[in-house]
Amino acid sequence: MTALTDDTLPVTPRAIRDEMIVFVVMALLLASVPFTGVYPFFVMQALCFALLACAFNLLIGYGGLLSFGHAMFLGTAGYCSAHALKVWALPPELGILVGVAGAFVLSLITGYISIRRQGIYFSMITLALSQLLYFIYLQAPFTHGEDGIQGIPQGRMFGLFDLTKPTVLYYVVLVGFLAGFLLIFRIINSPFGEVLKAIRENEPRAISLGYRTDQYKFLAFVLSGTLAGFAGALKVFVAQNASLTDVHWSMSGEVVLMTLVGGLGTVFGPVVGAFVIIAMQQYLAGFGQWVTVIQGSIFVICVLTFRRGVIGEIAHYFRRSL
Amino acid sequence: MQALYAQLLVGLINGSFYALLSLGLAVIFGMLNIINFAHGALYMMGAFVAYFLLNIGGINYWWALLLAPIIVGIFGMILERTMLQWLTGLDHLYGLLLTFGIALIVQGVFQNYFGSSGMPYAIPDQLKGGMNLGFMFLPIYRGWVVIFSLIVCVATWFLIEKTRLGAYLRAATENPTLVRAFGVNVPRMITLTYGLGVGLAALAGVLSAPINQVRPLMGADLIIVVFAVVVIGGMGSIMGSIITGFALGVIEGMTKYFYPEASNTVVFVLMVLVLLVKPTGLTGRAA
Repeated sequence: MTALTDDTLPVTPRAIRDEMIVFVVMALLLASVPFTGVYPFFVMQALCFALLACAFNLLIGYGGLLSFGHAMFLGTAGYCSAHALKVWALPPELGILVGVAGAFVLSLITGYISIRRQGIYFSMITLALSQLLYFIYLQAPFTHGEDGIQGIPQGRMFGLFDLTKPTVLYYVVLVGFLAGFLLIFRIINSPFGEVLKAIRENEPRAISLGYRTDQYKFLAFVLSGTLAGFAGALKVFVAQNASLTDVHWSMSGEVVLMTLVGGLGTVFGPVVGAFVIIAMQQYLAGFGQWVTVIQGSIFVICVLTFRRGVIGEIAHYFRRSL
Repeated sequence: MQALYAQLLVGLINGSFYALLSLGLAVIFGMLNIINFAHGALYMMGAFVAYFLLNIGGINYWWALLLAPIIVGIFGMILERTMLQWLTGLDHLYGLLLTFGIALIVQGVFQNYFGSSGMPYAIPDQLKGGMNLGFMFLPIYRGWVVIFSLIVCVATWFLIEKTRLGAYLRAATENPTLVRAFGVNVPRMITLTYGLGVGLAALAGVLSAPINQVRPLMGADLIIVVFAVVVIGGMGSIMGSIITGFALGVIEGMTKYFYPEASNTVVFVLMVLVLLVKPTGLTGRAA
């Protein structure tokens, strides 16, 4: 069987230097957004999804596990943060912490259950678990069902940064995104990340080398779920609501699509993919359900002809890993 | 007690759909190594084809029962020839992603033209009305759905487990190269298998049209429940899929009676429990 990311080159020290350069360029570009007149709300939204897609990519690109339920972390962290901010009136930093903690606990439970099966079954299980959670949130009183939690106060971060100002909020979200991105970057270049890649390539061999692969996969799942939750907690401040759409299976599908378009198993691919898909939704919003049709077509085209994704193709052309 | 029997019947009907759909998924997975995410969309297409046949062509339910699976089956075979066949040799996950994309396209197109609301499909005259069984009132159409699905399931089981064609099919599942060496046209068999699985989904769609309305998203949530059914039952055995499908439908129906709040979630909760106790599924072999 061909592995998912067959064509990616091994990471050499040289490649890490390339990646650091690209990272700095990306950070500078994003930091200059408020001076360019680009609508900051759009970029903030894209950054949240970019972090979500990066977290998802940690699992599929480096662990070989395709989760079809990553929206459950996004939505759960969103609900937890929103509840903490609005009902408990906690400050923003603690609100984020509550959301991340919620996603962490959820990933412990769902990881324990889903990691028992591999490949296609793992995808079906994560999808079913997220649907289970969707129905729970639909009925639970604290989520306010179809209405969602609305009008969430943004407050002052650490008592200093007034998040109601778009520019301040933008930089807080950007710092959050970059921190999450660097953490993922650190994870995939660590010995732990190398073992994960070994498992993806050939699990029986990794087992024969003495690695307890289930524990590695479980840890990867928890890291991925918690980071996805961090993205969900940040998104609460941008959107100022938490609703059922964030837990729905179509959201999980969108995360998969973003990563696929950008390039599975690439470092920067999910970021590019998130911006492409969010921009597409923005500009095609007037076309109603045709957006779904276009998204489906992108899936089909990517799988049939463009499996490396945008960044994967570029990296392949320059023979670098990005 | 009336309500209990009524829910039992609803459970059996849902169970029929679970069984027909998970059976199709299992047959397709056996030959193509693909989990067909488009199964729910193709089930929906079956119902829509029946609706078009009646309202545009004036063709009645009985012909739709035959024609809709054939039409949707041919559509499925075209999908297999033009797209799915190129995935041979790639990771299974690409099949899931591709068929998910196909499901989005099909559902999106139907939503554009028909919105999200349902359209009624009349119960055929011969199956209208009901019977008083003494302990409950049985709407004839509902009884028909259960019995007919059961017959189709058993026929499919017979086709695969007991006939020569089925023997080729099972052999090709185990070792396609060897079967090809014996002169069997395996690629054509794969196409036909996909058509068969898709046809079963479309048949379930036609059966459900008079009960659940004809809606573009009627298959979207259903397919996720069927995935859970497949995880519980495993895809190793045809009979296993049929029994698990019906059993879970009945359990869901019972839940509706005893604890309605959990009726949406009971199948997923059972999936979690099965995974904790027996990770390979009830009838499955290790994947």
